[in-house]
Amino acid sequence: MLKAAFSAQLINEVGLHARPSVKLTQLAKTFAASVELALEPAGPWTDVKSPVKVMRVKAAKGTILHFRAEGSDAETALAAIADLIARKFDED
Amino acid sequence: MKTESAIRLITGTPASPGLARGQIAVDASQTFTVRPAASPAEEAQILRRAIQKAASALKALVEQSERETAEILEIQVALLEDESLSEGAFGAIEAGISAQRAWASALDNEIIGYEQAQDEYFRARAIDLVDLKERVLDAMNGSSRRPMPQSAIVLADDLSPSRFLAHDWTGGGIVLRHGSATSHVAMLARSRGIPMLVGAAMADNAGLDGKEALLDGKLGTLIVNPDGAAIAAFAARNHAAHEAAAMASRFERAAGVSANGIPISVQINIADVTELDLLDPEICDGIGLVRTELLFDGNALPDEERQFHVYRRIAEWAKGRPVTIRTLDAGGDKPIPGFTPEGESNPFLGLRGVRLTLNRPEIFKTQLRALARAAFYGQVRIMVPMISVPSELAATRRLLDSAINELSRESLPHRRPALGMMVEVPAAAITVAEFDADFFSIGSNDLTQYVMAAGRDIGAVAYLADAGNSAVIALIRQVVQHGKRHNRSVSLCGDAAGDGAVLPKLLDTGLNSVSVAPGLIGATKARLAQLSIGAG
Repeated sequence: MLKAAFSAQLINEVGLHARPSVKLTQLAKTFAASVELALEPAGPWTDVKSPVKVMRVKAAKGTILHFRAEGSDAETALAAIADLIARKFDED
Repeated sequence: MKTESAIRLITGTPASPGLARGQIAVDASQTFTVRPAASPAEEAQILRRAIQKAASALKALVEQSERETAEILEIQVALLEDESLSEGAFGAIEAGISAQRAWASALDNEIIGYEQAQDEYFRARAIDLVDLKERVLDAMNGSSRRPMPQSAIVLADDLSPSRFLAHDWTGGGIVLRHGSATSHVAMLARSRGIPMLVGAAMADNAGLDGKEALLDGKLGTLIVNPDGAAIAAFAARNHAAHEAAAMASRFERAAGVSANGIPISVQINIADVTELDLLDPEICDGIGLVRTELLFDGNALPDEERQFHVYRRIAEWAKGRPVTIRTLDAGGDKPIPGFTPEGESNPFLGLRGVRLTLNRPEIFKTQLRALARAAFYGQVRIMVPMISVPSELAATRRLLDSAINELSRESLPHRRPALGMMVEVPAAAITVAEFDADFFSIGSNDLTQYVMAAGRDIGAVAYLADAGNSAVIALIRQVVQHGKRHNRSVSLCGDAAGDGAVLPKLLDTGLNSVSVAPGLIGATKARLAQLSIGAG
């Protein structure tokens, strides 16, 4: 199994609230790899494919998110997520 | 036989004072008939079908909506189709709960988590979940929910926090056939000044919708179809209440000072972080008591992050003023199912407060860690309830030491909060000199009932349950004088401080810090301004 990890700061105005959470989730679901995020490098880890769980994290603007993925397309999945965050979820 | 317009008096338990005059709106969809639960398999099927039905209805709406609305509805679909949203409900169904109740309580828990978020974007998301909760309940009940009219007196069996928060209550009131004066909704109603009565004595809501009525949340009465005399009496009370409120609001922002110029610190007691949304920190000298039981009032104990965010938000609200947070005080009159012991013959003398938390050190330490982390963002002080002997405070201090060591090792931002104790057990008041507390806070409610051996909730012995009794005052004086000699601050956070008759006796002991319900801040300062205090 391939593993990958990266960290990024949320720069969009509203943080990971409903709409960005759902965008993140929909993107993650297009990959076979399992993808998780956390507020601290040590976890606890949250399944990025569940919008309810991602919203529960309540990550506001400025939060640093840690991601890890496991699966054949782990690296591609995280690269796509990094791009979505850098694009501010196409919202602002 | 009664005519349609006969005057009728309905009494209940006062839950939030205030007066409202308006038309009754029966919140019928809240009164869904509570079916006994069928087999778990059948109930799970009912819930699964209702979720599917609600999701299809939402998708049909998406088709018809313009882009902006559609995007919002699509988010609701995504949340509804996520199994994480319903797994708690399916778990409850396995345990024999009906589909309706299981779904409602699982979603209420989720909603409360958002209402307590520190970020306003997340607080605003609660309403999405309220919608989902109601859509699925409607799919089960086959009814569609009528919005509650404004400035109405809403009559229902019970009211969820979500339903309460989704409505603008200006000019209106709440009458519940069931419900509790200690519920989340009752606390919110009190902090927002919305009149409310619970346990209304009536067989059903039949025939009351649309009727003119007068609600008095302090007396606990609802007068339906009032006659001229009832309306005149109501108007007079309303006028007097406005006068008193105007007097209190003049003093609200003033500093607490006695008539002869002695400054008295006046702080507030809160039970729920949402109370602060409507309060300006300028009105008080800090928060003398934050109750944390509400946080623990769900299906699962709150984790460290959740607690930390709530405590941090409170600390930041206070803008540098002291914030005294009481560690979990469950038991006694505040049971938490699955946590407090059941079947105690006298819960007030049982495993409650610090006795219970020391018994569950893993839960206690989680709370202490969250408090020490929040202390990084404000002047947080930790107050331990129900201390009887010095070893209980020493054990708490060791647990706090260990929490601080862990946080240092993990490099998490934190600060060591002052560790103080409540003085509410007579033994602690009598031997106060033996306790190594950073500060003392007198809990006058429990202290009075333990000293006088008289419960406040037992009407027949109410004449004994008096915080102004000289035995109680003597113990308070002893604690205050101990604090003065050893330079430890002493405050009082029970109902006695808000009682105009008892306040002079308290100040006479030398007490110079009190904490009252937010709604009593103005009245307490107004009363102080009339009192001349001797040099205690």
